[in-house]
Amino acid sequence: MTYFEDLRVGTRTEVGSHTFTADEIKAFAREFDPQPFHLDEEAAARSHFGALCASGWHTAAVCLRHIVLECHRQQAELRRRGEPVASTGPSPGLRDLKWPRPVYVGDTIAFAQEVVELRTLASRPGVGLRIARHTGTNQREELVYSVLSSTFIDRRYNAG
Amino acid sequence: MRAFEDFKVGDIMEFGPVAVTAAAIKSFAARFDPQPTHLDEAARQNTILDGLFASGLHTVCMHMRLFADGILRDSTSMGSPGVEEVRYLAPVRAGDSLTLRVEIIGMRPSKSRPERGLVNFRSHMVNADDKPVLEMTATLMFGRRAAAGGKEVAR
Repeated sequence: MTYFEDLRVGTRTEVGSHTFTADEIKAFAREFDPQPFHLDEEAAARSHFGALCASGWHTAAVCLRHIVLECHRQQAELRRRGEPVASTGPSPGLRDLKWPRPVYVGDTIAFAQEVVELRTLASRPGVGLRIARHTGTNQREELVYSVLSSTFIDRRYNAG
Repeated sequence: MRAFEDFKVGDIMEFGPVAVTAAAIKSFAARFDPQPTHLDEAARQNTILDGLFASGLHTVCMHMRLFADGILRDSTSMGSPGVEEVRYLAPVRAGDSLTLRVEIIGMRPSKSRPERGLVNFRSHMVNADDKPVLEMTATLMFGRRAAAGGKEVAR
């Protein structure tokens, strides 16, 4: 990750995609969101969803994994070039999260991140706040997930 | 079975606690948030927090589990259209014990789908010192017991 000063509003990054399987949808649901339409095909078929679908938090978690792995790829590239690497995190929270459509078994969701706001903080001069829109879009180009996620990012003069 | 009509604005419910272990923190992180701060007690940490602490989304997922077991099991839950806000108020550490407190802050029947109702809640995960570590404001959909015209829709 580059420093806060290097970030630009509007920068959009495709961070990868994931195909959701029935087994992983059910495993996540058993652990964190045990509702019938995430656990059992027959119960899901009787529900308003009509078929087994992923917990919304499962979609959020897979998106986060791709966001973090993209950050690691960028950090590895900076290290390869011998450039300093800013530390990131933690996150103070998220807002405006929407699940406009379900994620069904076999759906392939492409995740992206776009920087929407960069805020300096009088209370924390060593870091800045990056607010990014994370999205997930299925193979039919339909939005299935959207959230505004905030993360503290080191400012350059804070380094070493 | 708990339906839309069984909630009341002002209702407060409490569930848990759930014990947070280092193994659970690292297991969630390895799968969904593989940052050193969530994986390794000895890793170089970020500028603001030291030591191993849980991914914020892990705390959200523990919240979801308590919510599902406490409120959604044997209900007419139809999922959630979204979450207004999640605030991470303090780090969650191994050894913490988290309790879920939920307050119903609003409810209305769906205008477009009269067989459904929307329930707004504000919830907190609080640790053993009664300190909130997470606050969430979100909306859930529930089937209504009796839709317009008195027809039974939620079974």
